[in-house]
Amino acid sequence: MISDGVEDEEKWLAAGIAGLQQNAFYMHRSLDSNNLKDALKYSAQMLSELRTSKLSPHKYYDLYMRAFDELRKLEIFFMEETKRGCSIIDLYELVQHAGNILPRLYLLCTVGSVYIKSKEAPAKDILKDLVEMCRGIQHPLRGLFLRSYLSQVSRDKLPDIGSEYEGDADTVNDAVEFVLQNFTEMNKLWVRMQHQGPARDKEKREKERSELRDLVGKNLHILSQVEGVDLDMYKDIVLPRVLEQVVNCKDEIAQFYLMECIIQVFPDEYHLQTLDVLLGACPQLQPSVDIKTVLSQLMERLSNYAASSAEVLPEFLQVEAFSKLSKAIGKVIEAQVDMPTVGVVTLYSALLTFTLHVHPDRLDYADLVLGACVKKLSGKGKIEDNKATKQIVALLSAPLEKYNDIVTTLKLSNYSHVMEYLDGETIKVMAMVIVQSITKNKTQISTADNVEALFELIRGLIKDLDGSLTDEVDEDDFKEEQSSVARLIQMLYNDDPDEMFKIICTVKKHILTGGIKRLPFTVPALVFSSLKLVRQLQGQEENPFGDETATTPKKIFQLLTQTIEILSSVPAPELAFRLYLQCAEAANDCDLEPVAYELFTQAYILYEEEISDSKAQVTALHLIIGTLQKMHVFGVENRDTLTHKATGYSAKLLKKPDQCRAVYACSHLFWLDDHDNMKDGERVMLCLKRALRIANAAQQMSNATRGSTGPVSLFIEILNKYLYFFEKGNPQITVATIQGLIELITTEMQSDTTTPDSSADAFFASTLRYIEFQKQKGGAVGEKYEPIKV
Amino acid sequence: MVLVLALGDLHIPHRAPDLPEKFKSMLVPGKIQHIICTGNLCIKEVHDYLKTICPDLHITRGEYDEETRYPETKTLTIGQFKLGLCHGHQVIPWGDLDSLAMMQRQLDVDILVTGHTHQFTAYKHEGGVVINPGSGTGAYSSITYDVNPSFVLMDIDGLRVVVYVYELIDGEVKVDKIDFKKTTTTAH
Repeated sequence: MISDGVEDEEKWLAAGIAGLQQNAFYMHRSLDSNNLKDALKYSAQMLSELRTSKLSPHKYYDLYMRAFDELRKLEIFFMEETKRGCSIIDLYELVQHAGNILPRLYLLCTVGSVYIKSKEAPAKDILKDLVEMCRGIQHPLRGLFLRSYLSQVSRDKLPDIGSEYEGDADTVNDAVEFVLQNFTEMNKLWVRMQHQGPARDKEKREKERSELRDLVGKNLHILSQVEGVDLDMYKDIVLPRVLEQVVNCKDEIAQFYLMECIIQVFPDEYHLQTLDVLLGACPQLQPSVDIKTVLSQLMERLSNYAASSAEVLPEFLQVEAFSKLSKAIGKVIEAQVDMPTVGVVTLYSALLTFTLHVHPDRLDYADLVLGACVKKLSGKGKIEDNKATKQIVALLSAPLEKYNDIVTTLKLSNYSHVMEYLDGETIKVMAMVIVQSITKNKTQISTADNVEALFELIRGLIKDLDGSLTDEVDEDDFKEEQSSVARLIQMLYNDDPDEMFKIICTVKKHILTGGIKRLPFTVPALVFSSLKLVRQLQGQEENPFGDETATTPKKIFQLLTQTIEILSSVPAPELAFRLYLQCAEAANDCDLEPVAYELFTQAYILYEEEISDSKAQVTALHLIIGTLQKMHVFGVENRDTLTHKATGYSAKLLKKPDQCRAVYACSHLFWLDDHDNMKDGERVMLCLKRALRIANAAQQMSNATRGSTGPVSLFIEILNKYLYFFEKGNPQITVATIQGLIELITTEMQSDTTTPDSSADAFFASTLRYIEFQKQKGGAVGEKYEPIKV
Repeated sequence: MVLVLALGDLHIPHRAPDLPEKFKSMLVPGKIQHIICTGNLCIKEVHDYLKTICPDLHITRGEYDEETRYPETKTLTIGQFKLGLCHGHQVIPWGDLDSLAMMQRQLDVDILVTGHTHQFTAYKHEGGVVINPGSGTGAYSSITYDVNPSFVLMDIDGLRVVVYVYELIDGEVKVDKIDFKKTTTTAH
């Protein structure tokens, strides 16, 4: 059915074009032979094709354009005719003899155009005559195109200021009056189109009608280009008249389109100066008009205008643009009770962008907008509409983007209230936006108050929110979020120790609510942030007369101990263990022996009670020995206790090679290069001998289980340790001990039961090469090495 | 000519938010043939980032690495050089050159790269080199004070390696260069 309709239309269009072309042909012939009478006859017949009612607007336009081209030729002919002495007034009369009204009016407009050019009569009279005569066509489609033709041919002949058609009697007022009248009539015709034809085709018809909107809008475009339309005239005549038509037509499509059109075609400063009028029209529009889009566009334009130059900003202040817009929005929202949340938020979002551009320094305005938004949202509960949520995220992101600075945004007291209307998932999204903004802009957040406000905002990342389902969170996403929080903690800094300590306390308070899954991410960040503060304070003498409130390393260590303890109960014992040792080292640097001892004790307890995996034990023991080796704060007794424990742990590792390595590593606990009172050669030797025994045991065990002994690499490692302490001047290590071990290794390697191992061979070879190398060095070292035979 | 990036001890996000922007803009994909990383990245995100710079990525395990499958030590051969990689917390005393030299002998490598101290160092040692690229992020260290972010690029060409150290000092990248020639083609 529909395709038939389309095909039919094609046929009718083809027929129309054929008829038009045929008559145009005869018209040309008449023009060539200067036969005015025939020319008028054929042109009228040609224009009769436009009387059709069978074509859709789209096809009708095609036909119209062809006729339009022909009429231009006719117009030129009329011009020449007048030059040849034919009276234009006579011509104007003559064309009115055409039998049909539509061709008659097209011809009249064409001659009228020439008439105005001739200046034999005032332009305004002719224009007025034409625009009145066109009332004769009340068929919407035909009328629209006829008037469109009129506006087209008269465009360059308006008595505008500075135009050649301006005169004593012809003023820009007449030009404007003419365009306005034509606009009004066209709009009426356009609106009436919806009632043409059966109701069932309404949707299709409305779509077609929309296609014609630019014919109507063209008039506004012409008005915007009339030189004489200055601000006063726009304000006094043009805008009121246009709006009157817009409001009175009571048509949704027309109102929406024309409002948009007004905003687009007229200059920004006009809008600014007529805000009252423009905004006053909004509540009078049909309730179904998408007013939020209109207002958003207006605010967007004004925002861009404000952003274009700082010089225009005073204009905004002068007309109190913000308060007007904000009132208008309030009224629209009030009037349109059913406006969905997304609409409300879109409006406030646009207003916020506007005020951020126009009044970047007026945080109170921005806060007012957010406050108004909160008011509208209140009572609606959490927002569930996806689009609305997106708009809220846009609304909340706007200040971040504008200020690039969360600290400024934190001053907006309503900011966090808006967030309350978001669901848990979106709160998290928003929190990530905030955190990313901080990380990207490297914003320094330097007061505890700001940190407090910030953590309140990003609480979606900090803890499980009531009602949000945590079990659906993707593991990787969760890690990424928590890593962002850890990063954020690095960005919180103040070089004043007291304020920094406050910040740390604030962060601690918040992150401890995070639950077992978050703590392993957040606690380390807090610990290292605190250790940085410790280091800052460590050079300073503690003032015995200082007040109780001063920040001291001791206080920080107390906080750290508590925090890490919570982490260990999460349980994340390995992480807690590492952090205790880190803190112990820091306490060492601060000369706080009791603190360091306590921290070590905590680490030992975790080692003994919580770290049971053998591989984890090896690493943990490396860290214990490595850390302990660095400590100088301990007195003899404490040190003995701790080293004794450490060697004990070493000998209890599961695998013999691990035992052996840990034990020889312990030898370094008794030999500190920089401390002469901590060089106990005997105990070093005891460790190494013990390591040697374990290595032997390992070999035997290997022999017993596999029928061959394991690689000799442990022996070579111990040999290297011998050489190490030999060079350091440990009197317990003699040439003979070294020689003995070299021989032992050589024998082992040549033994039939030993598993061949190329890497052990290489290790031994390079060790022997090292001995050679040291010999050749000469000097004291060379002398020392000389007696060793390899 | 082969370019090898050596870095480590980034400690993201525990101690530093990210690599410095200036480093990131230098480390563009397509220029580096191998990355050797001593460990302590500490999260997968950083691993993935390094992969984008160069897919040939070798990592050993630092004590804070979330990924527990990284090996304790690793050796690889690039051109004429044998390289050894280890985080370094296993070598006691930490950062001690003589003890690192023992590890170099044990792994039987020309170049040993370790980390842990966050202090950039490069020593020529008995016909080999021991390098610590420092901390890529300038992360807090209990061993080293005032850590500057640093990393190392090694340009390996035949028997010659040029070690470039990039260090970020007061917001400016400073480059230092150490030339090393393998004197003897010792049989491995």
